[in-house]
Formats: sequence, structure tokens, C-alpha cells
Amino acid sequence: MKYTYYPGCSLKGTGRAYEESLLAVFHALEVELEELDDWNCCGATTYMSYDEVQSYALAARNLSLAKKTGRDLMAPCAACYLGLHKTQNYVRDYPWIGHIVEHALTAIGYSTDLSVRIRHPLDILLNDVGLPAIKAKVVHSLNGLEVATYYGCQLVRPYALFDNQREPTSMDRLLAACGATIVDYPLKTQCCAGSQKGTLPEVGLDRIQRLLAGALRVGAETIATVCPLCQFNLEAFQEQASNAHQFDLPVLYFTQLLAVAFGIPLKQAGLQRSFVSIEPVLAHREIAYV
Amino acid sequence: MELKRIVKFEAERDPAFARWITQNPGGERIRHCLQCGLCSASCPLSLWMDYTPRRLMHLSREGFKEEVLSSYTIWLCTSCYACAVECPKGIKVTDLMYALKARAIQEHFYPKRFAIPELAREFSRMILGWGRITESRLVMRVFFKTGLMRLIGFSYLGLRLLRTGRMRWAREKVSRQTEIIGLLQDVAATRKELAR
Repeated sequence: MKYTYYPGCSLKGTGRAYEESLLAVFHALEVELEELDDWNCCGATTYMSYDEVQSYALAARNLSLAKKTGRDLMAPCAACYLGLHKTQNYVRDYPWIGHIVEHALTAIGYSTDLSVRIRHPLDILLNDVGLPAIKAKVVHSLNGLEVATYYGCQLVRPYALFDNQREPTSMDRLLAACGATIVDYPLKTQCCAGSQKGTLPEVGLDRIQRLLAGALRVGAETIATVCPLCQFNLEAFQEQASNAHQFDLPVLYFTQLLAVAFGIPLKQAGLQRSFVSIEPVLAHREIAYV
Repeated sequence: MELKRIVKFEAERDPAFARWITQNPGGERIRHCLQCGLCSASCPLSLWMDYTPRRLMHLSREGFKEEVLSSYTIWLCTSCYACAVECPKGIKVTDLMYALKARAIQEHFYPKRFAIPELAREFSRMILGWGRITESRLVMRVFFKTGLMRLIGFSYLGLRLLRTGRMRWAREKVSRQTEIIGLLQDVAATRKELAR
């Protein structure tokens, strides 16, 4: 099994631990990843507010490059995953957008074939690798660790391609297979407020407080995320967000929890980069780790 | 307290704006809007908005350009797509919010030093220059544009990010930047041609 890997900008910056744990987990599962040659920014939500068609053209360059590799394209960041899918859809559904984007691709000598299959790591792990192969790799069971699985918005909205849009369970199934207990977290697909903690701080902080308090209320010992911005928001502002609740909740990428279960050393899975350490929780649950 | 006439006369509406909104991808069906309010109910930010998404859709299709483009609503939208998924009439509310933001930026409908449009502008400049985003540099540039005082509040966070290796100053960039420039220029050129 081999995939073309599209990291996106965040996985090279604040979301480094996502990339590190993802690569370690895929390596352990003997799934090969090859980084997309000379990839560019997907446009994300920010460029879309500036110029939508230009953002489709930016995403299309990546799709065209990826199509040439002949393999599926893996996009771990929720914003990239959405942006790439949206581009495929809009280029097809709106002939005038298709015309502009294809014209631009041709102008820089690129193929206009954008039909590469875009996959999220959750999709690949569940549907290509499969739960039996994952279970076989578990050396340190997560011993009933109570996890709130937080999907955020853009993985399941507006396109839900491998999971239920309103009640996604792919991450639940994956982590349960490693021995975790999945708590019923009603806010699992609610928005984390994106970049608003920076731009409209009181609004962003309010959302973060509600999401963290909601996770505590249902007894979560940790939150598992699939998106670098969700992870950052829920982890980095816990001190500021502490009000009636004192927040001290580890917020990990789901791949970091897989890494713990696979017996991958914490440092190889970027766990030393956390602001809130997972180690006390692991010790409390008597989960072994290196 | 500012005294303002709330009710508008028919002649004060902008029919061209009302037409424009229907021509945006996702806005084709805005005239089918039932005003059911599922968009507002599903929106996690609507409780901060001056006009809820439902009201904004109505104002848009009736041509209340000033009210719509100067509303807080469009900047509060984080594009979580809940409204677009829930809309029983297939109106892509999120996409319309994007279109409204872009138009508000073009026509300068926002207060000076307002961080959200500045972020969008700086983001686009960084792509034009390097093809990728270096988060640390982007944040710094937005701070320069919107007031350096706010930087102090973020210095502690910045320090922690540095210590954990999550803030990198090294620039992320593509190696064939001329392709990015060519791509974006061609989009602008074709669009101009189509508009003619």
C-alpha cells in the first residue's frame, strides 16, 4: 500500500506533532507515504474569503500534481481535505469556474485531469488497512481510557464521504479497537471557532470554553482531534479558558493515541510538544509507554 | 447614541446587489429560502451576530447591500458548513458568506485595523510570494497591521510554542513559485475577459 501525502502548511508548523505521529503510525503499519512534489497551500478558509476562484486554482494545482502520481492522495488536515474536495466539485458543477481553473492550469503547463481520489487518514486506516490489522499492532492497550472524539467541522461537512455527517464514528471505532472507551460527546462536530481566538478573542474563547467544559462533563480524560486548528485551539488556550472549570485536559491527535497503543516512543509521536502532558493520564490508567 | 432610520424605502434598495447574490455559486436558490431558520439554529456563532444567517439571507436577496456588507455576521462565520448542510432548500449559506466577505473586502466595508479581513489579505500576499503559509510569519504580519499591542498578550503563548518546537521561523515555500504567480494571474485575466 502506498499513498501520495499532502501535508499542508499547518503540519509543518503548529501541527508538527500530527505529521510526526502520522508518519510513525503509518510506518508501523507498513503503509508507504510519499510527499507530494512541490505542493502549495490548499487555500484554506482564509483565501476563500479573499478570492474563491483563485483558491480553487491553488487547490487544483495540487490535484493535478497528485493525479500524475497515479496513487490516492492523503490529506490529514481537515481544511485541506475540504478545500481539495470542494475544488473538485466546483470545477465540475460550475462550468465557468471549470473554464477559469482549467485555463490557468493549461497556462502553467499542467494537466487539467483533477480526478485523483482524496482520502483522509481515518478513511485509509479503517477501509484500506482495516481494524484487524490495527488491532494486531496494539502492544499497550489504552485500558479503557475515556476519550472524547472531536471531529470538528470540515471533515464531515459539507462532504461526508466515509462517515456519517451528523454522527461520525470512524475515529471512535479506531480508538475503541485500541482499547479506549469512547464517551458520548454531543459537541463532537461543533466548530472550534477556527482562527477567531486570534481575530475576535472573546468569541473564540467562549467556544473553546464550551467545548472543553462539554468534554469534562461527559467524563473525558483526553480529547482526540483530526485537525491542527482544533487541536491548537483546545489545547493552547486552556489556562485562559479556565473559569468555573479548571481545564487541564490533554488534547491529542488521534494518531498520537494510536502511537501510544502501538508502543511507539512518545517523542517519535510528537508528544513532547504538548502543552498538557498525557503522561499523568496514562500512568493513572496504567497504560505502558516508552 | 446614534439615531438611524431603520425602515428603508423601496427606492433605497439595491436590486443589482440582490441579483448579484443569486449569481454566486450556492446562491442560485436563495429566492427559495423559506426563512425557516435552520441556518441560524445550527450556527454556533449566531448568538454573537447582529443579523442571524436567516435574516442575512433575506436582507441579501432583497438588496440591502449596506446592511449586509457592514454586518458583523459575515466576519463571524467560521465556515463550519452546518447551515449549508441543514438548509432544506439547498442554499449554500457558507459559500454566500465567503462571497459577501470577498465583496466587503473589495469595497472596503470594514473598520480600519479589523483583524479578519487583514488576515485574509496577508494570507493571499504570502501565497503570492511563497506558495505556502509560514504560520509564525503570517501571525506577525497580521499583528503589524492590526496593532502591535496585542502581541504582548500572545508573547507567552509564542514562547511556549517556541519551546515545544511548534513555532518555526524558517520559511515554508514552493520551489516553482513562478507557477503559482502564473496560475493566479491567469485566473484574474480570464475572469476579466469573461466579465467583458
